[in-house]
Amino acid sequence: MMGAVSRFWAMLVKEFIQLKRDRVTLTTMITVPLMQLFLFTYAINTNPKHLPTAVLVQESSDAGRSILAAMRNSDYFDIRHVVADEAEFDRLLQSGEVLFAIEIPANFERSLRRGETPALLVAADATDPIAAGSAMSALNAFITSALTRDRFIPGSSEATTFELRAHPRYNPAGSSQLNIVPGLLGTILTMTMLIYTSLSVTRELERGTMESLLAMPIGPVEIMLGKIAPYLLVGLLQTAAIIAAGYYIFGVPMLGSLTLLAIMSFFFIAANLSIGYSFSTVAQNQLQSMQMAIMFIMPNIIISGFAFPFSGMPNWAQWLGQCLPLTHYIRIVRSIMLKGAGWDDMRVEGLWLVGLMLFAMLVAVRRFRQTLD
Amino acid sequence: MTSTAQVNGDVVIDVRGLTKSFGGRAVVNNLSMQVRRGQIYGFLGPNGSGKTTTIRMLCGLLTPDSGEGTCLGFDIRKQSKSIKRRVGYMTQRFSLYTDLSIRENLEFVGRVFSVPDPRGAAQAAIQRLGLSGRENQLAGELSGGWKQRLALGACTMPSPELLLLDEPTAGVDPKARREFWNEIHALAADGLTVLVSTHYMDEAERCHEIAYIAYGELLTHGTVEEVVKSAGLTTWRVTGAKLQSLSIALAATPGVEMVAPFGASLHVGGRDAKALEAAISGYRSDPSLKWTPDEASLEDVFISLMSSAQDNFQ
Repeated sequence: MMGAVSRFWAMLVKEFIQLKRDRVTLTTMITVPLMQLFLFTYAINTNPKHLPTAVLVQESSDAGRSILAAMRNSDYFDIRHVVADEAEFDRLLQSGEVLFAIEIPANFERSLRRGETPALLVAADATDPIAAGSAMSALNAFITSALTRDRFIPGSSEATTFELRAHPRYNPAGSSQLNIVPGLLGTILTMTMLIYTSLSVTRELERGTMESLLAMPIGPVEIMLGKIAPYLLVGLLQTAAIIAAGYYIFGVPMLGSLTLLAIMSFFFIAANLSIGYSFSTVAQNQLQSMQMAIMFIMPNIIISGFAFPFSGMPNWAQWLGQCLPLTHYIRIVRSIMLKGAGWDDMRVEGLWLVGLMLFAMLVAVRRFRQTLD
Repeated sequence: MTSTAQVNGDVVIDVRGLTKSFGGRAVVNNLSMQVRRGQIYGFLGPNGSGKTTTIRMLCGLLTPDSGEGTCLGFDIRKQSKSIKRRVGYMTQRFSLYTDLSIRENLEFVGRVFSVPDPRGAAQAAIQRLGLSGRENQLAGELSGGWKQRLALGACTMPSPELLLLDEPTAGVDPKARREFWNEIHALAADGLTVLVSTHYMDEAERCHEIAYIAYGELLTHGTVEEVVKSAGLTTWRVTGAKLQSLSIALAATPGVEMVAPFGASLHVGGRDAKALEAAISGYRSDPSLKWTPDEASLEDVFISLMSSAQDNFQ
C-alpha cells in the first residue's frame, strides 16, 4: 500500500514539474478560461437589441399609440411593420421577416380603463427562445411604465392591469442571462480538462518515455491517478476564477453553499479528466487524441442544455445528454448558484457525475497497454 | 517458480524457446539462454537481429508468443511486476524526461521504486555520477555521454539485482565508453548481473560471456575464447599489392567463408581448413602477396557466422 502511494506521488510530482515547465500551457490555463468567459458572456447577449418587430393594431386608441411609442423609444425593438390585417401579421412572422410580433386587440383601452386585465398577444420566433424570452420580460416593463406615465393605469397599484399572453404557437422561453455564466463554467471546464489529459499517455508514447515507465514497477491505476491529480487542482482554480468573475463582474448570485459547489465541481472535473485520459489510452498519437477530444466537446455544447433547452430535445438526445457530465453539472451549478439548492437536491446529479467518472476510469485502466506488444 | 531458482542456484536468467513475431515475421525464434549471477553477459548481433525484443521479453515489456522461463527466479509471463521491481532497464533511446532536471528524474525513479528516501538517494546518485553542481540542469540539455551516464545512474539507483542495457554506448565517445565499462565492471564486482547488448567487438571482449544472435536465432555463446574456438575458423593474413581485387576474387571462391580488410592486410577465413587451403593455393605462389597463418579474431568469427546464418535464412 505504501508502495502504491509512493508511486502515485512520484507520478504526481513529475506531472506537476512538467506542467510548471510548460509555460505556454500554464499561461493558457489561466488566461483562456477567463478570456472565454468574458468573450462569451458579452457576445451571447440575451438582451437583444433592434429585434425586428411587427405590430398588429386592431384598434386606434391612445393606449395603443402609447405602447407603440414606448416600443419605438426602446432600442430592444425595431418596429418594421404596423399592420391591421391578421393574415399579413402571420405571414411576416412565418417568413422570418420579423422575429417578434405584438397584437393590440380591439377594445384594449376600454378594457384597460375598466380594469378587466386585457391581454396583449405576443408572438416570438421560436428559433431564438432566449432572445424572445428576454424581449418578453423587457416588454412588460416598457409597457407598464408607458401606460402608467400616460395615466391609463394607476402607477402604485400592485394589481396586474394587463396581461402579456404568449401566442400558443410559439415558445415563450423564459430564459435568464444569469444562466450563461453557470453554463459557460461547465463548458470551459469540459474543454480545458479534456484537452490536458487527452494528451498525457500519447505524449509519453511519442517521446519514448513510455518504454522506461512501463519497465518500472508502476501500475495503470497509479499512473492514471498521478496524471489526473495535478489537473484537478488546475480545474478547481479555474472554477474559482470563473465563479469569482461571475459573481463580482456579471452579478451572478451565489445563493447556495460554496462548499457544495466545490465538491460537485471536483467530481465534474475528475469525470472530464478521466474521459480525456481514457481517450489518451485509446489513441495512437497526440493528433488522434486531440481529434477525439474535439469530437466529444461538440455534443457537450449542443445537447447538454447549455446552448439549447434540454427539455426541448427528443428523448434519444436527452438520453445521450444524460451521459455527458456537463448536462448534470450545468443543472447543479444553476441550482446551487441561482436557486440555492442544498445537499439533498444534489444527490441524483452528484451520483451521475461520480458514476460517469468511475466508468471513464474503468475504461482507461482496462485500455491502458501495460506492454509494448 | 521458487523451485526453479533453487534448482539453478545462481542462474539469474533462464529462458527456453522464446519466440516472438511481429506481423508474421519471427523476430526472435526459439531462443534459449542462461545467465549466471554476477556475470557481464554480452549480447551481440547485427541490427534487427532481435536483441532488443529479447531484452524486452525478459523484463515483461513484451509477452513471448511461445517459450517460457524465469528472470531472477520469477516467471517472465506471470510475475513481471516482481521482475520489474528488481531489474534496471536502460533503453536504447534516451527515455528519461527531458523536461525534468537531473535531480527530478532521479527522484521520480526513486519514488516509483519506493526507495525509502528518494531525495537522499537522488543526491547520492548525483554525487556518484559526478554530476554535483549540475543537478538542476534539464536532462534534455545534457550531451550524449552524460545522458547515458544519467540513464545508467537512474537504472542502478533502486539497487536492482539485474541490469538490462540495450546498446548503452551507441554514439558515445571512446573515453566515455571506457568509463562506462569501468562502472559496469565495478557494479558486477558487487554482485550485480548485467546483460548488455552491443555492436562493438572491443566491448564484447570486456564481457565474461557473450552470445551472438542473428535473424532471431542464438548462434553461439560462451566466453570469448570458447566462441572463437568453437567456430573452428582457420584464418590467413595476406599483405601485398592489389588487395582489393584479390578480396573480390577470393570472396567468390568456394571454401572461403570470410574476407575482411584489416588495415593494410586482408583476413581470409573458412571453417574447412583443407578447402580453404585449396582455395588460396593458386594465390599463394603470387610473389607480390605474403601469406601468414593467423588467429581468428572475434570479429572474424561473427562475420563468418553472420554470412552463414544469412545463407541459412534466405
